[in-house]
Amino acid sequence: MNKLTQRRISNFLAFTASTLATGLGLFVLCAILWTLISRGMSAMSIQLFTQMTPAPGSSGGLLNAIYGSVVMTALGILIGTPIGMLAGTYLAEYGRTDHLSVVVRFINDVLLSAPSIIVGLFVYTLVVMQMGHFSAIAGAIALGIIAIPVMVRTTEDMLNLVPKSIRDGSAALGAQPWRTITNIVYPAARNGVVTGLLLAIARISGETAPLLFTALNNQFWSARLDQPMANLPAVIFQYAMSPYKDWQAMAWAGALLITAFVLFLSVIARSISALLGSNLGSGE
Amino acid sequence: MATEILQLRLQREARAEGLFRWATMCSAVLVLLLLAGVIIALVHGSWPALKEFKWAFITREKWNPVTDQFGALAPLYGTVISSLIAMLIAVPIGFGIAVFLTETCPRWLRGPISTGIELLASIPSIVYGIWGLFVLAPILQHSFQPWLIDHLGPLPLIGKLFQGPPFGIGLLTAGVVLSIMVLPFICSVMREVFRMAPISLKEAAYGLGATQWNVVWDVVVPWSRTGIIGGVMLGLGRALGETMAVTFVIGNAHRISTSLLAPATTISAAIANEFTEAVGDLYTSALIALGLLLFVLTFIVIASARLLLLRLERGGGKRA
Repeated sequence: MNKLTQRRISNFLAFTASTLATGLGLFVLCAILWTLISRGMSAMSIQLFTQMTPAPGSSGGLLNAIYGSVVMTALGILIGTPIGMLAGTYLAEYGRTDHLSVVVRFINDVLLSAPSIIVGLFVYTLVVMQMGHFSAIAGAIALGIIAIPVMVRTTEDMLNLVPKSIRDGSAALGAQPWRTITNIVYPAARNGVVTGLLLAIARISGETAPLLFTALNNQFWSARLDQPMANLPAVIFQYAMSPYKDWQAMAWAGALLITAFVLFLSVIARSISALLGSNLGSGE
Repeated sequence: MATEILQLRLQREARAEGLFRWATMCSAVLVLLLLAGVIIALVHGSWPALKEFKWAFITREKWNPVTDQFGALAPLYGTVISSLIAMLIAVPIGFGIAVFLTETCPRWLRGPISTGIELLASIPSIVYGIWGLFVLAPILQHSFQPWLIDHLGPLPLIGKLFQGPPFGIGLLTAGVVLSIMVLPFICSVMREVFRMAPISLKEAAYGLGATQWNVVWDVVVPWSRTGIIGGVMLGLGRALGETMAVTFVIGNAHRISTSLLAPATTISAAIANEFTEAVGDLYTSALIALGLLLFVLTFIVIASARLLLLRLERGGGKRA
């Protein structure tokens, strides 16, 4: 009897602790979001979207940084998506279990969780050192490299969800595999691949470390891809670390912008993948 | 005539097939080349520093850009210790959440709660950084750290870890921020492996009169040991390489202090802070060498984690 009470008590304690742990996790999420919203909203204004980054003390906005982030994220996706999709296609359709696929799959998983600052260093030695100066295109390449593993993984997973029978059906009509893949399998997996794309955009639009020494930063408007370009993460870094109150306020506003964008994308991606019955958005 | 046209079309199709297959294969190989490229670039870039300092690079604490003396021990120490602190906090909490989500949680709440936890993973790391610097660090500085100093500081042995003034920023704060960041990764892997535990085993244990906790601790956990270790190491890999969040709250001091409350630096923070300001080839090269060190460290951790999880996936497939 004594033993049973003891076990009941330990049972109760353990599950209370696990409930508390969950509460703690959710509390931290809410605390972060709350701080972001309250501090970010108070610095939010229309100026943020219409003016350039200011010198300390004067007023200004984040227009050049927002523009730079959008441009480099878009270019990064343009670089990363085709390569990632094709590689994912190889893994799911052609290679499947051959040696190359096994190795690529493994290396891709490692790259998926590799530190992004390493990618920054890699692109620095590869592009910046060769060009002799920092540039937006170097930043875009760094972001593209980070997007590749995300796209490879999601493409492969999504193509695998397409039933084999419709491939067989296409083949029976005399289609070569490439026709089957582009005309039958891709359309069937469209939602899934779009999910992957959203996840990739979400992943790279908040990246800071790889941009620090590739795109650097730029206090002024610049649309030239061969020159340093402002971007939200780098501006947030610079402003938050500065002693100026107005700069810090703008850093919060910028952080709110990025987070709102990224969370919006992840929630959409998650709801699509929930509909598809897979666990892509699980953060792994 | 008709057969000729057909022949031509078939040939064209076959050529297109070859081209498409070749393109996909090239892209797959490119992923491998990416890794090879990273290794080559890092080794090449860090060569001058490694040639100059040899093994002393990782055994020396001194980091002085003025006299061109570079040793990686302090950032290495900071990286390892801050990640370990993160693991000490995140593993039990992640475990608790995973248990809650698989056992106690009402079914309709599972979706929303796991989404909430996993949203933590999508918040950009720079946001953790400013949150850590402006919100968490002051809280720790004014309440938690003085408490640690008063209560744990006087203890023998471990007391040394909690002495000195409460700076707010430092190893401990970095560890706390990191723990929040890796929590969703650890939690989601654990939840996956817990879910894979065979129902029959659990039911057998219940049949013997086990409580729910007995089932979790004595049946599910031993069964999913490999997966748990894999998940923890995956989280560790993240923590080791995390840059922006740590850069804000670590304090950037190139020295090893016994106190966890003192400012320190990590490999990634040192690179992020100093790289664009580094003058002189040796300085840049030393920073790239730090990057190489970080790469080797995280590669080993992540690769072993993936191997464990891969083995589990195969095993799980067989059992199912």
